[in-house]
Amino acid sequence: MDLMTMIMKMGDGLGKTCAIFFLTLLFSLPLGMIIALLGKCKIKVISSVTRFCISVLRGTPLMLQLIAVTYGPYYLFEVSVSRNKLIPVVVAFSINYAAYFAEIYRSGIESIPQGQYEAAQVLGYSKAQTFMKIILPQVIRVILPSATNEIVTLVKDTSMAFTVSYQEMFTIGKEIANSQTSFVPFIVAGVFYYVFNAIVSFIMSKVEKAMSYYSI
Amino acid sequence: MNILKMSKVQKSFGRNHVLKDISLEVNKGEVVSIIGPSGSGKSTLLRCATLLETMDGGTLSYMGDNVCELKNGKMEYAKNLNKFRKCFGLVFQSFNLFPHWSVVKNVTDAPISVLKRDPEEVKAEAMELLRKMGLEDKAEAYPSQLSGGQKQRVSIVRALAMKPEILFFDEPTSALDPELTGEVLKVIKQLAEESMTMVIVTHEMSFARAVSDRVIFMDGGVIVEQGRPEDLFGDTKEDRTKQFLQHYQNL
Ligand SMILES: Nc1ncnc2c1ncn2[C@@H]1O[C@H](COP(=O)(O)OP(=O)(O)OP(=O)(O)O)[C@@H](O)[C@H]1O
Ligand SMILES: [Mg+2]
Repeated sequence: MDLMTMIMKMGDGLGKTCAIFFLTLLFSLPLGMIIALLGKCKIKVISSVTRFCISVLRGTPLMLQLIAVTYGPYYLFEVSVSRNKLIPVVVAFSINYAAYFAEIYRSGIESIPQGQYEAAQVLGYSKAQTFMKIILPQVIRVILPSATNEIVTLVKDTSMAFTVSYQEMFTIGKEIANSQTSFVPFIVAGVFYYVFNAIVSFIMSKVEKAMSYYSI
Repeated sequence: MNILKMSKVQKSFGRNHVLKDISLEVNKGEVVSIIGPSGSGKSTLLRCATLLETMDGGTLSYMGDNVCELKNGKMEYAKNLNKFRKCFGLVFQSFNLFPHWSVVKNVTDAPISVLKRDPEEVKAEAMELLRKMGLEDKAEAYPSQLSGGQKQRVSIVRALAMKPEILFFDEPTSALDPELTGEVLKVIKQLAEESMTMVIVTHEMSFARAVSDRVIFMDGGVIVEQGRPEDLFGDTKEDRTKQFLQHYQNL
């Protein structure tokens, strides 16, 4: 198989790689905020259960979580493994990344001085207004660098989907490498991820610049 | 009618009994200064009045309306506290401006999105207030681009834009470099001349003497002495007050 055919075949999987990436961001960014807020809930049971879940998700391999979500239903309830593995893959990624984003949000929220809440309260802002208009914009600004790190990691982590044989770019590359006994597909994959991340970094640095119109 | 009335206010943090039976009435147009040593409960009193802390006992009312009452030994606050928040403004020692908003947004957002007032009208009033405070050229600046004195003047404008009946200040100049306190004190004096009702916690004794109708000396969670500034500073009755004032020799 020549290089061009390899690239074409692996490029076919790129759409699925992108699907994992974008869908995971779409679900995990808001879900992470919900988890962060639950972890700060005044009701002790809710906050401790939430924090325990976060520690499990962060303390066990993503690979295991992928296998658990994809094949777990089959072993537990004998429902057949769905043929479209995109759903379990995105579910596993979203939950896992939500746990990481939750920790980032938490540290961001904790970095906002109490005086901001007090000023808002005295001015009569509701709790929701205070969060949406005053706290959240400042939190986003603070967490942008660590969120960027996490997003760059997500690009590379999409390759984990090979553990459940989801036909994204890396899985295809690995199959070609096996059948052709060639190392070239791995190099192609490396270039793909590098370019993908260069684009991500470029966009995030633009966002960061746009957000730094004020300093603290 | 008195704008603010607090009586027999009690407040503890754990076993630390911070406010013991404080009673305070402020009439329309009156300027009251509160002085006292560190830890005497001055900030806690303002925080109870501005609903940032809940009181353990006593009463609090604005314009004759009770904010809270004791029921079966438990303090119960009114359901709609925003009605009372419209009555007062608070200027913090550390400004607490919103850093992600320009000066004019800091000043106009609450009147627009809390009081639901007409944005154009609010903006015009805000610019007028900023002009009065010598800040018109800072309207589009962000708080981080301002000096401490400018920040504090903006935070005074932010409070005034809500058209409060009474304005509380908690050591408005304590976070400022000495050469910047003057510009903030001047603004407060100007408000006093316009008969703004104010309660000012301060360590600036000569300012308190010049601007106040009444000065209150607090120590250990009680009001030790109060009176007209010329009496309290000139003809001090209580030994504790005398002792405290000895630290300020420039009177
Ligand atoms: N949130 C809190 N939790 C526990 N203790 C508190 C709290 N706020 C204040 N205190 C205590 O209450 C007492 C009075 O504090 P407060 O801040 O009212 O004093 P102050 O008169 O304003 O002093 P200063 O002049 O230093 O500002 C102090 O002993 C302080 O430690
Ligand atoms: Mg204080």
